[in-house]
Amino acid sequence: MENVYITIVLAPLIGAIVAGFFGGRIGRRGAHSVTIGGVAVAAVLSLWVLSRFIWGDAAVFNDAVYTWMVSDGIRFEVGFLVDKLTAVMMATVSFVSLMVHIYTIGYMADDEHNWPHGALSGKNSYQRFFSYISLFTFSMLMLVMSNNFMQLFFGWEAVGLVSYLLIGFWSTRESAIFANLKAFLVNRVGDFGFILGIAAVGMYFGSMDYAEVFAAAPEHADTQVQVFGGVSLMTLICILLFIGAMGKSAQVPLHVWLPDSMEGPTPISALIHAATMVTAGVFMVARMSPLYELSETALSFVLIIGATTAFFMGLIGLVQNDIKRVVAYSTLSQLGYMVTALGASAYAAGIFHLMTHAFFKALLFLAAGSVIIAMHHKQDIRDMGGLWRRMPLTWVTALLGSLALIGFPGFSGFFSKDAIIEAVGASHVAGSGYASLLLTAGVFVTALYSFRMYYLVFHGRERMDEHTKHHLHESPWVVTLPLVLLAIPSVFIGWYTIEPMLVNDWWVSGDWNPIVVAHDHDTLHHLREHWEGQAAFVHHGLGALPFVLAATGLTLATIIWWLFHKWNPRIDEQLQALGGPVTRILQDKYGFDDFNQRVFAGGSRSLGRVLWTTGDRAVIDGAIVNGSARSVGRMAQRFRHLQTGYLYHYAIAMIVGLVGLLTLFVTL
Amino acid sequence: MHFDAANLIPILPEITLLITASLVLMVDLYLKEHEKGLNHTLTLIGIAIAIVLTGAVGGGEPQVFFDGNLIRDDISDLLKGAILIVSLLAFVYVRAWLQDRGMLVGEFYVLGLFAILGMLIMVSANSFLPLYLGLELQALSLYALVAFDRDSKKGAEAAMKYFVLGALGSGMLLYGVSMIYGATGSIEFAPVAQAVAEQGMSNKVLVFGIAFLVIGIGFKFGAVPFHMWVPDIYEGAPTPSVLILGSAPKIAAFALAIRMLVDGLGSLHPDWHQMLVILAVLSMGLGNLVAIAQSNIKRMLAYSTISHVGFIFLGLLAGSEQGYASAMFYSIVYAVMAAGAFGILLILSREGFDAERLEDLKGLNDRDAWYAAMMALVMFSMAGVPPTVGFMAKLLVLEAVVRVDMVWLALVAVFFSIIGAFYYLRVVKFIYFDKPADDAPLLVTTGGVRVAMSINGLVLLALGVFPAALLTLCQDAFA
Repeated sequence: MENVYITIVLAPLIGAIVAGFFGGRIGRRGAHSVTIGGVAVAAVLSLWVLSRFIWGDAAVFNDAVYTWMVSDGIRFEVGFLVDKLTAVMMATVSFVSLMVHIYTIGYMADDEHNWPHGALSGKNSYQRFFSYISLFTFSMLMLVMSNNFMQLFFGWEAVGLVSYLLIGFWSTRESAIFANLKAFLVNRVGDFGFILGIAAVGMYFGSMDYAEVFAAAPEHADTQVQVFGGVSLMTLICILLFIGAMGKSAQVPLHVWLPDSMEGPTPISALIHAATMVTAGVFMVARMSPLYELSETALSFVLIIGATTAFFMGLIGLVQNDIKRVVAYSTLSQLGYMVTALGASAYAAGIFHLMTHAFFKALLFLAAGSVIIAMHHKQDIRDMGGLWRRMPLTWVTALLGSLALIGFPGFSGFFSKDAIIEAVGASHVAGSGYASLLLTAGVFVTALYSFRMYYLVFHGRERMDEHTKHHLHESPWVVTLPLVLLAIPSVFIGWYTIEPMLVNDWWVSGDWNPIVVAHDHDTLHHLREHWEGQAAFVHHGLGALPFVLAATGLTLATIIWWLFHKWNPRIDEQLQALGGPVTRILQDKYGFDDFNQRVFAGGSRSLGRVLWTTGDRAVIDGAIVNGSARSVGRMAQRFRHLQTGYLYHYAIAMIVGLVGLLTLFVTL
Repeated sequence: MHFDAANLIPILPEITLLITASLVLMVDLYLKEHEKGLNHTLTLIGIAIAIVLTGAVGGGEPQVFFDGNLIRDDISDLLKGAILIVSLLAFVYVRAWLQDRGMLVGEFYVLGLFAILGMLIMVSANSFLPLYLGLELQALSLYALVAFDRDSKKGAEAAMKYFVLGALGSGMLLYGVSMIYGATGSIEFAPVAQAVAEQGMSNKVLVFGIAFLVIGIGFKFGAVPFHMWVPDIYEGAPTPSVLILGSAPKIAAFALAIRMLVDGLGSLHPDWHQMLVILAVLSMGLGNLVAIAQSNIKRMLAYSTISHVGFIFLGLLAGSEQGYASAMFYSIVYAVMAAGAFGILLILSREGFDAERLEDLKGLNDRDAWYAAMMALVMFSMAGVPPTVGFMAKLLVLEAVVRVDMVWLALVAVFFSIIGAFYYLRVVKFIYFDKPADDAPLLVTTGGVRVAMSINGLVLLALGVFPAALLTLCQDAFA
């Protein structure tokens, strides 16, 4: 099996290297063939590995492949831990990535129009793009397949790097550069916490290996450390690691970079900023469940942050007019749901939602991308409308994706979201009441913003200009095929996987359990005990509050943005005006951006200026560097006059040296 | 005294050089002006044969021959090989310069060959007598080489200074030897070492002698305060002579130090160790500081030599096998670097023009990118920038010093190295970032100079990445 895993990881890397370094030589066709080939190998093998775990009896693999170094007793290795949790992630990541690769052929087909004429940075941009997304797939696989903290950190930073490169892919656009710098800086904050967490693990456990750390963790359950006046070690480690997850998975208040990341090309918004990379934090916390279970404080922290993100970010989605930003805020909100599930110790439900969300959110993004292609890269939903007639495939798949997103009974999102809401309701950690309320209310908001966008884009009057309207047509097959292939799991995967993932102890293989839940944290036990099959779960859901809220939201959206909108196309604006200060707060995104811009960005710039003028220029450059250089220069000028050119001076120097040595060393 | 023909085998390299020198001397008489190139060819062939013979007779257990006067061991094999190879490079570089000035005459080659012969004898010496004879043979040849350009006043002045100071240095060295002889009753290293070990520090005459020996060594190396001759001679002598004088003789000087101080007076290490500390610190300090103020590149390289000598002394004074091996590594590496640096100066010179000022290096990259890269490698290596071998050499020496608990000395060395980096990097800046003078032509070289210079430069890089190739040899020599 080791060779299979190595192949899964290396195939995308080889594709990335070939497309990246030889892109000019192999051309466009060569670049997308080699990268798609690499990712297809990874996807097929990952699905095979997953199938072996489901229907076969694949053993858990946990071994080092390569030892990088051993320092102070800590081994730094490249190794794989492949259990069912990893297998699910591998399959999700590589499958979505494959779909996005295929889709990209259509989306980037005329990328040269996105660059200023003759820009050198636009040369071979098509090949470069494929190289980056393949590199991303490699990094993400390294992250999820890791069996140790060092490799986890490597994957963590590598996906961050590729994300940075791709957000700023159109590097001649001011806004893209601003967005990728922002993403980079915000993630620095998260990663700082993350690496401190890893350092704490290294310091107290003396190992980077997951299995060793997990095995030793219970011994440290009561260890106290003297930080901030004494906290439990586990709380400290878990919260520090979670700060990393907050950056990567865009949780409040480190969420600010994700909406801006939409400056990148749409395929990567689907792959990186919706389906996979941003879920790395969720995966990481689930992987660390043996640690989180030891700290109720950390769980509570996770829960509150997640619920806050889920509700308040969804609200912002209501006032956005950029098609991609609506989906982006929806992603933030859904990530909040996953994180809340983690806080309620329902790790399995979090991962379950992660998987279903990966499919339907990738679908929605790619559908949005398909619309954007048709609209000639115009993204304002106020200028769309009535697209259903012209793009039937995109329309149908977007409808399916939206229904999955709002949790319409029977669709995949329904199962995962209901399970989360139920688990949070059963949770007893501090803040669970607050979280439960927000998540339930969030369902209503989700339905509202999802179908607001859906109706404004696909129904109602055609509001685009004549030129655009004239050219509107369905996207090519490379774009629609991934839509169809993603729509299938978006609809069905929840139905088929809820039973193994949430009800049966499917995760456990042999004596290895990737998802450890303490007995009194077991919030999914109610679901498990009353399980009577998917149909009964759907039936039960039809009578529950979340469904009522979703249905209300859907109905309200239909009335406002479909029926009223036909008579009054300005209804959206009027409603927003009606909101008054509330709308303004939402449009300001609660002021996070302004605050960061003023306090952190402005503050660090002025601090930097002070340090630059006084510290760097005056003290270091002026006094230390130039000062010492000047004094060395003066000494050099003085000493050179020792060399007079007179022979007798030289001879005297030698005699002086002789006398000196003799007097120093010959003591009679 | 009986004579055994087997004695001749270990000194076949020396014999080869002697024969070559005599041959050149005679052949030169019959050559017409345009045939003088034959001298060059003969010399190169002679040195090449000597290199092969060094390899052939080398290896195995140490052999003492000529009644204990000469020795052949791992140290001598390695040092002889290094001296011969560096000299071979040097002779390849000098030809064009000599030819351009009508100086391609036999005398230059004869003197050069005798100097090398002297160095080889120093390396092979097992007693003070041959050591001194080799030293004088080398020194006298070099005095003449410095004055080789008879019409140059500067050359004559430099030669005069060199000769007088050299005589003073040799005199002190000889006086020291006589003290040692007086105290121990022998001039062979082994009995001297035995006697010294018995008497120890109690004998003041020994310490007195050592002080004179150290001065002699300091003079040959050019260590402060016995360095005064170095800048003036480097500046005044014709560049080919400086090339021969500034490269391989450092290896011979190392042999001088090792043979006398370690083979002969090893048990007095606590005494001479202190003296070397003083010389080393002074050399590193003064050499690096004053080099900054130089505008003449030959003078700059002279002060650079002085500072490198400080480093070689660091390895010696550590007094451990590791220290001696690192000093040996450093000496050999330095000789290669110096050959490269002066080689580039020769390449830059042309008929009626000698590259002497730093400004002459300006824009070298535009005139010949490959030579510019080689010169940059040499400068980086001298400055001790990884991954060049100069870094490894410094690192090894510092490690040896730290191992014997002299951290302060290592700190001083690093401190002055940083100052020294300035003037090496300034050369790199001239090469790459400045425009060449308007009348500077593109560089044209013939006769394998490009090959030799490429080998010279790339060896510095290769040894930096794979130092073990040379380092193991050095370590085995002292193991």
